[in-house]
Amino acid sequence: MDFNFTEEQTMLRDMLSRYLADTYTFDARQKVVHGGKGWNPAVWQAFAEELGVLGAPFAEAHGGLGGGAIENMVVMEEMGRAIVLEPYLSTVVIGGGALKHVGGAIADAVIPTIIAGTTRIAFAAYEPQGRFYLNDLTTTLKGGQLNGHKAVVEGAAHATHLLVTARTGGAQRDAGGVALLLIPADAKGITRRDYLTVHGTSASEVYFENVAVGAEHVLREEALPLIEAVVDEATAALCAEACGVLKVLHATTLDYAKQRKQFGKAIGDFQVIQHRLVDMFMEVEQAVSMTMMATLKLDTAERSAAVSMAKAKVGKGAKFVGQNAVQVHGGIGITQELAVGHYFKRATLIENQFGSVDFHLSRYEGIALAA
Amino acid sequence: MDLNFSAEDNAFRDEVRAFIRDHYPAYLNEKIHEGEEMAKEDFLAWHKVLHQKGWIVPAWPTEYGGTGWTATQRYIWSEETAAADTVRLMPFGLSMVGPVIYTFGTPEQKAKFLPRILSGEDWWCQGYSEPGAGSDLASLRTRAERFTGDDGKEYYRVNGQKTWTTMAQHADWGFFLVRTDTTAKIQEGISFLLIDMKTPGITVRPIITLGGEHEVNEVWLEDVIVPVENRVFHENKGWTCAKFLLAHERTGIAGVAASKRNVERIKDVARKTEDGGEALMANPFFKRKVAELEVDLAALEYTELRTLAGESSGKGPGPESSLLKIKGTEIQQRLTELALEAAGTYGAPYFRSMGEGDNSFAVGPDSARRTAPVYFNMRKTSIYGGSNEIQRNIIAKMVLGL
Repeated sequence: MDFNFTEEQTMLRDMLSRYLADTYTFDARQKVVHGGKGWNPAVWQAFAEELGVLGAPFAEAHGGLGGGAIENMVVMEEMGRAIVLEPYLSTVVIGGGALKHVGGAIADAVIPTIIAGTTRIAFAAYEPQGRFYLNDLTTTLKGGQLNGHKAVVEGAAHATHLLVTARTGGAQRDAGGVALLLIPADAKGITRRDYLTVHGTSASEVYFENVAVGAEHVLREEALPLIEAVVDEATAALCAEACGVLKVLHATTLDYAKQRKQFGKAIGDFQVIQHRLVDMFMEVEQAVSMTMMATLKLDTAERSAAVSMAKAKVGKGAKFVGQNAVQVHGGIGITQELAVGHYFKRATLIENQFGSVDFHLSRYEGIALAA
Repeated sequence: MDLNFSAEDNAFRDEVRAFIRDHYPAYLNEKIHEGEEMAKEDFLAWHKVLHQKGWIVPAWPTEYGGTGWTATQRYIWSEETAAADTVRLMPFGLSMVGPVIYTFGTPEQKAKFLPRILSGEDWWCQGYSEPGAGSDLASLRTRAERFTGDDGKEYYRVNGQKTWTTMAQHADWGFFLVRTDTTAKIQEGISFLLIDMKTPGITVRPIITLGGEHEVNEVWLEDVIVPVENRVFHENKGWTCAKFLLAHERTGIAGVAASKRNVERIKDVARKTEDGGEALMANPFFKRKVAELEVDLAALEYTELRTLAGESSGKGPGPESSLLKIKGTEIQQRLTELALEAAGTYGAPYFRSMGEGDNSFAVGPDSARRTAPVYFNMRKTSIYGGSNEIQRNIIAKMVLGL
């Protein structure tokens, strides 16, 4: 048993943390949000060139730092602390993760360009009717042509590639007959409707109409197990992001409770507020524990059960900590003026991302609690 | 004890329902649904229809314009307006300052202000909270100093800052709590002033909330001159008016009828939303949450009915109204949580296109639109009107004697 970071992991965290504290300030982030593009290309370039952080989970042979899931966890927690808008999750964790699993020539070709910051990947998996189910697909790949509609694809507007799930056979919700494709985002026949999400990233409805897909674009023919593995890895990384978000929410609220005076004393002197802050603290600590547990089990047979346990716990914690951070702040907590409200928004979106609490409890039941 | 409606009650329900059907300006709901900004006239459209009918203030004494309805009839009225999903009437005149004026005001104040509240001619806002006085409202510091003007009349000179002033951007008049005595115990140096918002020295600055709305404002008062006749009740006795108003506000705050309507809406959405090949309503987790909400809502409803029955027997809204505020707002918030959960992936879009000139196109199902902004916005309900923590303090002290 060892829950300590290596020296390299600590350095990675400190370097990224310092960079974000210096440059990714609340005001700078707000400027990007109001710019309406959902990301800042200069930040992405800095991630690639100044920090080398986009190579964190990749092999040194590809130009990476030689890390894996723990490095993603380290990076994602820092992303959460600064509520970073840029697409590390979809590009490095999901796109890069899929390529690592697939390996071979395509991984050799694309991973170095991810590390260099020139390839950005959006994950076009979920569909309007499919809710959180990765197998519920009406997008089809037949005769080399891709047709369908993907819902709320984050970062599609500024992606160079789309990682797409499509049905090559079977019925709408079958496990078999699902392929995973990596196609250029500007391929003929792709149209988008772009919009912002409530926390300031961009997302799109993506429509495929007779998009030509060659064998070179197919990462795997029977891909559902791979897709589930990649989304489990992404969910663990998302939990790490949540930990960063929740730690800031708790720290900010604790600080506020010490400063804010009512009835002649700090509101943190009232026991009802003290207990609330303690309950929030316990949620944050458990979220951190579950995130580590899930991350360390990603390469084991317990992967799916561990990830669903973690996401269910973190999702509940995100709601509790977010709501109470706002409540303890009072009116100022629901304005755009303080950072706390923006962290609350991110925490809220994380609750449903890759599946709600209910979805993951059900998934856990299905895996672990056979009657 | 009798839970049934009489024949008269049922006839009344038919009359009310027909009136709403024939006279409600339905375009308002389309505007809200499309996320369009509501103009001042939009907020007043339904108000004016009700004023013309004489139904604008059912709860007021008849001598000031009330309808004289029984508590049951008022309950039916709130049920029917909620069922028809009519827009909320601005409460600042109708259920806040109006009752203060008819209870504590002079004959001149009643004659001047009450008819204009009924007609909607004056839009009111509430100057209570300050940056340093939220839950601890009585610690407010906005100062009103009395002086004799060159014309020989008495005035107050008001200086200070108010915050969370809802819809002050539209307001013609504001009711303000100000400190007129800095030496007395904090509750005993406060006065209740009616201030014309066009008076020189008043600045209103918007505060944008998490869903992107402009509902609340900061209001600065700098050497604002207010005639003494605009003070309601005695000097330094404004806290009496303030407490009366807050208790009055809390009784309507439960929002039972509107929550019932929202439960129905969520059930409807959940029946139409797919979840792994079945309706979301068939998902036992989701269904259980709806059931729990319905149980809690029934508990709130019958608690409110008992409270209302007590009121019509002359007890007036007491500290029990804090229970209605806490439970009512918790239910309202849970409803928005459930709506956001039902929206799934489509809760994330912010309803604003990145393209020029196209800022309201639809993304995903209609029912998912604005679920996140509404969820964020409704966090205010456990904060405003005296936070739910303060309401618990009130119950602990006033009801339980702790």
